[in-house]
Amino acid sequence: MSYPDDLAYSREHEWVRVEGSRATIGITSFAADELGDIVFVELPEVGATLTQFGTFGVVESVKAVSDLYAPVSGAIVEVNDALREAPELLNSDPFGEGWIARLELSESSELDALLDAEAYAAETA
Amino acid sequence: MSEAVLGRTPLHDVHTALGARMVPFAGYEMPVQYASIIDEHRTVRSAVGLFDLSHMGEIEVRGEEAVAFLRYALVSDPGTLAVGQAQYSMLCDADGGIIDDLITYRLDEGRFWIVCNASNRSAVSDQLSMLLARGDFGAEIEDRSDRTALVAPQGPNAAAMLAELTDLSLDTIANYHSAPGTVAGVECLVARTGYTGEDGFELFCDARRARDLWEAVMAAGERHGLRPCGLGARDTLRLEAGMPLYGNELGRDTNPFEVNLGRVVKLEKGEFIGRAALQAIQQSGPSRKLIGLVMIDNAIPRSGYEVRADKEPVGHITSGTLSPTLGTKIAMAMVPAGMAGLGNEFEVIVRDRPQRAEQVKLPFYRRPRD
Repeated sequence: MSYPDDLAYSREHEWVRVEGSRATIGITSFAADELGDIVFVELPEVGATLTQFGTFGVVESVKAVSDLYAPVSGAIVEVNDALREAPELLNSDPFGEGWIARLELSESSELDALLDAEAYAAETA
Repeated sequence: MSEAVLGRTPLHDVHTALGARMVPFAGYEMPVQYASIIDEHRTVRSAVGLFDLSHMGEIEVRGEEAVAFLRYALVSDPGTLAVGQAQYSMLCDADGGIIDDLITYRLDEGRFWIVCNASNRSAVSDQLSMLLARGDFGAEIEDRSDRTALVAPQGPNAAAMLAELTDLSLDTIANYHSAPGTVAGVECLVARTGYTGEDGFELFCDARRARDLWEAVMAAGERHGLRPCGLGARDTLRLEAGMPLYGNELGRDTNPFEVNLGRVVKLEKGEFIGRAALQAIQQSGPSRKLIGLVMIDNAIPRSGYEVRADKEPVGHITSGTLSPTLGTKIAMAMVPAGMAGLGNEFEVIVRDRPQRAEQVKLPFYRRPRD
């Protein structure tokens, strides 16, 4: 499988897209496929502070409850409210419409601890 | 850490070729889903789904006194069964605790099949052997599970599809009845039973013919909207239909009366295992009761979550899910009998937060009948 090469990836299967000091985060297509039909998302609150690799929310599939892990640290500035009504966006478009939150990056050097698309593809092969 | 070797059904390779996700279940490697649990669930409600249930236990009980023996071992009365009829039943301990729930099929005057949960196959067979060893009944048992496959087409289109594969007149096989016959050239016991809340069949055959049977049903099913379905959909289907699952709603520490299945227990039939204990429970009324809940707040109840009433812990969720048919979040829960009442409000603790739920009538879903 191949993954968008403008994103960085965590081993916990989250992705991050960095634009200036802003980062958009979500879960990968690999994670969404592994979970199966996603039926519920517990989103973080705007203003909450995330710590890299710390938990920041929950996704539930028909069968399982899984934590979300932040790929980077920062303060949440926006969450994807569409997921409350349409959690299935995480399955249908995990890298686009299924984004989870945007945050103000606190430490851009943290990106060094993440994988590029090729390394992530190797990780999930 | 040691890992137990998992059993495989005769259809294992068929499932992996179909892209199924295989998971450990009751000592077997079983398909939990092929593509989407929700799609599979909806297929069973609207068309027909095909399940491999070959992991389940089939124990034959036969002999001149097979009827008398089963009347003594089970809480129901298989003596009322005509040949070709089946009955939902339970095997209980002397204290009334449930060893397993099962379906008893009368195949002949002196020959029955007990179809039990895969996880309880040895518990059922041990209990029956232990009772027979006392020498009071002229009967014997034979565990046929390993050489028997079970393929189950379930859903409103199941009968029309199956009719293309058999000379049996399916109209004459009523719900909870069975008949021996040939399906796609494979000798089967064709039973009109299931665990989905829909019309459907369970086809028992020789394990060596399972693949032929599965492939013939898959091919015939194409025009009827058939999809293979995994255990994930089976679980959400039975939960919507309010059917208990051993290990969730049922166990050694539960009795038939608290899970609303007192009607299965035939106290008037005479002496049987568990009778004294069950009669006492019936007279005093069960102390706990299994209830249906629909969430008011937006959270999914799951097995094991705490249930509170007026902020006090009173019970637990036994099974819960998002209902694919109803779109609501549903659960079954065990609570003190005195607290049960339609419309009563409870709180389910989801990740440390109380979420409101309302008690509703079981089952959550009942199929439309013509």
